[in-house]
Amino acid sequence: MEIDISDLKRITELVKTNHGYDFTNYAMSSFKRRIVRILEMQSMTMDVLMKKLYEKKFLEDFLNEITVNVTEMFRDPPFWRVLRDDIIPAILLNHQKIRIWHAGCSSGEEVFSMAIMLKEMGIYDNASLIATDLDTNILERAKTGSYNLKSMELNEKNYIRYQGESTLKDYYKESNGMAVLDPSLIDNVSYRKHDLVLGDVFNKFDLILCRNVMIYFNQTLQNEVLKKFHESLFKYGYLAIGSKESLIWCDIANKFIVVNNEEKVYKKIKD
Amino acid sequence: MSRFNLNNKFKAVVIGGSAGSFQGIVKILSSLPQSFPLPIIMCLHRLKHVRNGFVEALSIKSIAEVTEPYDKENIKKGHVYLAPANYHMSVELGHYFGLSTEQMINNSRPAIDITLNTAAYVYRDKLIGILLSGANRDGGMGMKNIKDRGGLTIVQDPTECMIDTMPKAALNLTTIDYTLKIDEIVNFLKELHKQYK
Repeated sequence: MEIDISDLKRITELVKTNHGYDFTNYAMSSFKRRIVRILEMQSMTMDVLMKKLYEKKFLEDFLNEITVNVTEMFRDPPFWRVLRDDIIPAILLNHQKIRIWHAGCSSGEEVFSMAIMLKEMGIYDNASLIATDLDTNILERAKTGSYNLKSMELNEKNYIRYQGESTLKDYYKESNGMAVLDPSLIDNVSYRKHDLVLGDVFNKFDLILCRNVMIYFNQTLQNEVLKKFHESLFKYGYLAIGSKESLIWCDIANKFIVVNNEEKVYKKIKD
Repeated sequence: MSRFNLNNKFKAVVIGGSAGSFQGIVKILSSLPQSFPLPIIMCLHRLKHVRNGFVEALSIKSIAEVTEPYDKENIKKGHVYLAPANYHMSVELGHYFGLSTEQMINNSRPAIDITLNTAAYVYRDKLIGILLSGANRDGGMGMKNIKDRGGLTIVQDPTECMIDTMPKAALNLTTIDYTLKIDEIVNFLKELHKQYK
């Protein structure tokens, strides 16, 4: 199925005017694929989609489909080793408490990974985590921490390559074909709805994780979001992005230095 | 006289491959003329969780440098690009790459269809698509898209393929301009190079 740029514009304008979400600066080809996917899965024409988009209930499904919710626990195990061995210890040298923001947390695998890592490091009680997403449905799912068992095979493999201290099985129970993670892991996590595009800066952090989220934005929007992250970090705080993302072409790249290029961890060095 | 009907309108070459394509890719990259005038954009099926090693292995053999692009990296002529592990790689209007972690397509991430479809959309009739040996049907629809938008299509000769499912899928879906053995693909690229002198 082929759709035009003009169709995409009609959709983004309608959603912006009626619901206050702005997808104008989403990366073109992935956004187009998300729309085509909705049309195909619901066997809908563009005209029907345009009508349905006025409905609040349908909009929830739409948001859920537009945002890509494919993630893993301990995705890129070497990244998690760098966090454990270098970044977190460096933060703790200067701060008693460690404040972490998972921006675009999706179904929450990354948050649970962080919690497990912090527990194993014995510093979970020193941490406060905020996990945000645009999509309230996915936030609800993230809180339940229940994932299908099949996906746990991959998660376990990642955890082993991360060189965790036990086995992931210690952190979840099987129930109705699902793996349900220990709810105490998220005692120090606050889940909030937050829109990276239109939302305000709301707090200061030592570490922000926003991995494989900004790849869905165009460069204009990446620039704006990076400014928000810059403002949300304490001086010398850290920003982690996906391994194939780069800040070098952003306007305020010079306010960061790269601490680990392979795993794409940056440090704010200028206000 | 060349057996290929060529000119210098082309702006990019895109190559898809899967099981059994590695040797062919190496042969092509190691025989490429110096200062090849077009970008070569490759999407090869690979292990999802092995990030390192593959691009290095190809780079050693290749005349031109092979890199895995970053999201939003500009596409330059003479460069060889490889879709990174566990990301889909799209060509965006404005001639740069977009990466994504969307669900697997044809059981694959990177999916060849995504790279081929987006390249066809951007380069239209100025694209050459080459599909090599492979065990699934990924890339077939992409080749059809390239043809439908006026591009030139080549598949590796199924009789030479270790596994011929992929080129055969393309042959069933669309018109393929040339069915070639790897050595002939190398010759094709050399002929193409001459058009730009």
